[in-house]
Amino acid sequence: MRSDRILLSHGSGGTMMRELIEDVFIARFNDEALLRMDDAASLEVPAGRIALTTDTYVVTPRFFPGGDIGKLAVAGTVNDVATAGAVPMFLTVGFVLEEGLMVEELVRILDSMVAVAAEAGVRIVTGDTKVVERGHGDGIYINTAGVGVVREGLDLSSSHCRPGDAVLLSGTLGDHGIAVMSVREGLSFGTDILSDAAPLNHLVGAVLDAAPDARCFRDPTRGGLASCLNELAGASKVSITVDEGAVPVREQVRGACEMLGYDVFQVANEGKMVAIVPPEQAEAALAAMRASRYGEDAAIIGTVDDGHPGRVYVQTTFGARRIMDMLVGEQLPRIC
Amino acid sequence: MCLAIPAKVVVINEGDMAEVDIHGVTRTVSLSLTPDAEIGSWVLIHAGFSIQVVDEEFANESWELIKQIEWDDSDNPLEASA
Amino acid sequence: MTDVQAAWRDPEVARHLVELIGHAADRPIKLMEVCGTHTVAIARFGLRALMPENITLLSGPGCPVCVTANRDIDLAIELSRVPGLVVTTFGDMMKVPGSYSSLAREKSEGRDVRIVYSPLDAIKMAQNEPEKQVVFLGVGFETTVPIIAATIKRAASLGIENFSVLCVHKTVPGALEALVNDPDVHIDGFILPGHVSTIIGPEPYRFIAEKYKVPGVVTGFEPVDILQGVWMLVKQLHEGRAEVEIAYERGVNADGNPTARALIEEVFEPIDAEWRGIGVIPGTGLGIREAFSKWDAAKRFDVTPPEPRAIPGCQCGEVLRGAILPFQCRIFGKGCTPEHPIGPCMVSSEGSCAAYYRYTDYGR
Repeated sequence: MRSDRILLSHGSGGTMMRELIEDVFIARFNDEALLRMDDAASLEVPAGRIALTTDTYVVTPRFFPGGDIGKLAVAGTVNDVATAGAVPMFLTVGFVLEEGLMVEELVRILDSMVAVAAEAGVRIVTGDTKVVERGHGDGIYINTAGVGVVREGLDLSSSHCRPGDAVLLSGTLGDHGIAVMSVREGLSFGTDILSDAAPLNHLVGAVLDAAPDARCFRDPTRGGLASCLNELAGASKVSITVDEGAVPVREQVRGACEMLGYDVFQVANEGKMVAIVPPEQAEAALAAMRASRYGEDAAIIGTVDDGHPGRVYVQTTFGARRIMDMLVGEQLPRIC
Repeated sequence: MCLAIPAKVVVINEGDMAEVDIHGVTRTVSLSLTPDAEIGSWVLIHAGFSIQVVDEEFANESWELIKQIEWDDSDNPLEASA
Repeated sequence: MTDVQAAWRDPEVARHLVELIGHAADRPIKLMEVCGTHTVAIARFGLRALMPENITLLSGPGCPVCVTANRDIDLAIELSRVPGLVVTTFGDMMKVPGSYSSLAREKSEGRDVRIVYSPLDAIKMAQNEPEKQVVFLGVGFETTVPIIAATIKRAASLGIENFSVLCVHKTVPGALEALVNDPDVHIDGFILPGHVSTIIGPEPYRFIAEKYKVPGVVTGFEPVDILQGVWMLVKQLHEGRAEVEIAYERGVNADGNPTARALIEEVFEPIDAEWRGIGVIPGTGLGIREAFSKWDAAKRFDVTPPEPRAIPGCQCGEVLRGAILPFQCRIFGKGCTPEHPIGPCMVSSEGSCAAYYRYTDYGR
C-alpha cells in the first residue's frame, strides 16, 4: 500500500482498489474464502435453521477507551446471532471509508475485528468497500451481517416470557456508554471505565447448556436495559420488575451518570446479555454465566410478573416502586 | 435547576481550577465560587464549578439528628436536642 | 462522605419520616416544589405514593427550561442560523420547542449547535475556533447564574472577543410571590430549592412567610431530604407557624454563598422576565450589565426572530403554575407524549409532565 491515506481511487474498482483489498483487507483477515477473491463466498453449512442478522456501525469517536468501531462491529453481530440461540459461523463486512482516512487507523480497526472474530470462533468470509468524498462518512462506517445455525429444537423468542421467570443480567451496566461519553468533546471527564464490547456467544452457549428452557436472550445495546426490558415486556405482554439493588453497576459509572444526570438503565452496553429463564433453571443459568468469560458479575436482577402488561417497574433501593421508562430520542447531559 | 453532586477535591491547579473525584470519575472544575475549598474538601459541583464546600462532619451530624426525630403522643412532635 | 450521601436514601429513616408526616397532617395540605430536580426526584423515588391522602405535592415552575418563553427560544434559534455562529447550550434545552422549531431540529438541519456540560467548555471552543462566533445560551436559576457570571468575567479577563452569552436566566423568589397571588392555585407551603438556596441562602424567601404567611423549607434532593422537608412544612402548619427553615443544612449556609452572590451582582442586574404560562414577572430576569455588554449576545447580534406564537392545545402554562396536575391536561398521554411532545413540560427531562409520564402509571 503506497498511500498512507485512503483516496477516492481506492474505491473505484481499479488497481488501487485491488491494492487496498489485497495489501490491507485480505492480508489482515486472511480467510480462505476471502483469499479466493470471488464475489460470493461459497460455504458448507450444517443442516438446520439459520439465524441471520445485519447491523451497521457508525460510532464516533471511532476509537474509545476499551475498543473501537471494528470491535463493536464484530462483537455486536456475533451477539445478535447468539441471541437467537445460534452458533455464529460466518460474517460479512462492508466498509464505507471517507477519503483521507489514515490507513494506519484502518489497519488498527481491522486488527481489532480479527481478534474478536478469532475469540468468537467466527470467520469473516466476504466483504465490500467503498470510498466517499471527504466530508462524508465520518471516517468509517461498517456494516456486518452474521449467520449461524440455531441449536436443534430451540425456539427462543421475546414473546415467550412468562410470569415467574427470572431476569438475568450478565454483568455491569453502562460501561460502554460512559466510556464513549468520556471522550466526547465538551463533556470529557477522567475515568478508568472501558467499553465492555465483547463477543458473548460462548456465554450464551453455556447458559443454554445449563438452562435449556431459557425463553430468550437480548443484548441491551442502544437504549440500555430499559429499552431491552420494555421490548421484552411488550412482546410477551407481561410486566417485569427489577430489583434496583441487585443490578451491578460500577462505582465510576454511577458517578458519571450522577454528574451528567443520566439514568444508568438507559445507557448503552455492548458486552452484556439479558436472559429470561424459567425460575427452576435460574440458579443454574446464573452459575453458567458467572463461570463464563465476561459474565463474572452476572446477577439475577428481577422477575417477570403479571402486573400491567408491557410495563417495566423498578423496586428502588429506597423502597418505593417506579416505572423504568424507555429512552426517547438521545440521552442528553443535563444540569437540572 | 439544581443538579449538583458531591465531589472530593484531589488536585488544585492555577487559576482556581481543580481536579475533583466523583466515585472515581475525575473532572476539571473551577473553584472560583468557593475560595475556601482545599485539597480533600468535599464540594458540590454544578456545570463545571463548585458551588459549596460541604463539611463532612456537619453532614454526619445532620444525619444523626434526623434519625432522632420523634413524635410524642400528646400531639406535639419532639426533636432530640443537638 | 459518599456513605453519608447513601444514608440519605435509608428506607428505615424514610419510613419513620412518613409516619411523622402522617401524624402531623391534620387537614388537606398542598405543598409546591419549584425546582425541576425536585420534580424528578419526587417522581423517581415514588414519594407521592408514600404521602398520606391529604397531602398533595404540586410541581411549580421550577424547570427553568420549561419556563423559558417561546420568544427567547426563537431568538436562540435565529442566532443558530447566522453563518459562522455556534450556539452552545446545556443538554436540557436542545429539544424544547419554540414557536416553530427547536435547537435539536436546527442541528439536524445543519446549524452548528453543540451541547456542553459547562460554559467553560464554550469558552474553550471560542479559543480553539477563532473564526467562529460562539454564543452560550444561559438558562437556569441562581444555582447556575454565578457560573455564567464567572464565565463572562473569565472571557473578559482572557480578552476572548468571539464569545458571548444569550442571557435568559431567571430568579426564583419573585416567582414565588406571583404564585402565592395566583387565584387559581392555593399553596400551603413551599418546598424551597436546595441548590438555588446554596447560592442565595434563606433570606430572599422570608418575605413569603412574613407577608403572606406561607411557610417554606429549603430542601435537599435525596429521598430522606425531601421527606424531611415535607415533615418540617407539615409540622409548621400543624403548629400554626409560617417561617423559612433550612432542612438541607449540609448544602446551605445561613448566608448562602457570598462569593457567588457578589459575582452575580457584579455582572448582572435585575430586569423583567417573561415566564411561560405565567407572563411577565417584574424583576425576575437578569440582564448583563453595561460593563460587560461586550459579551451580551443580544446586543452583539442583530437578528429578528418571527413573532412568537403559543403552541396550540398546550396547557403547560397551567401545569407550571400548579393550577392543574399533568395528567389533568387535555392532551397528556393523548397526542402529547415523550415520543411526540407538544410542550416543554413533556419534552424537558425534568418537566412535570415528563416526570409523571416516565415514572408513574398516570395517563397510560
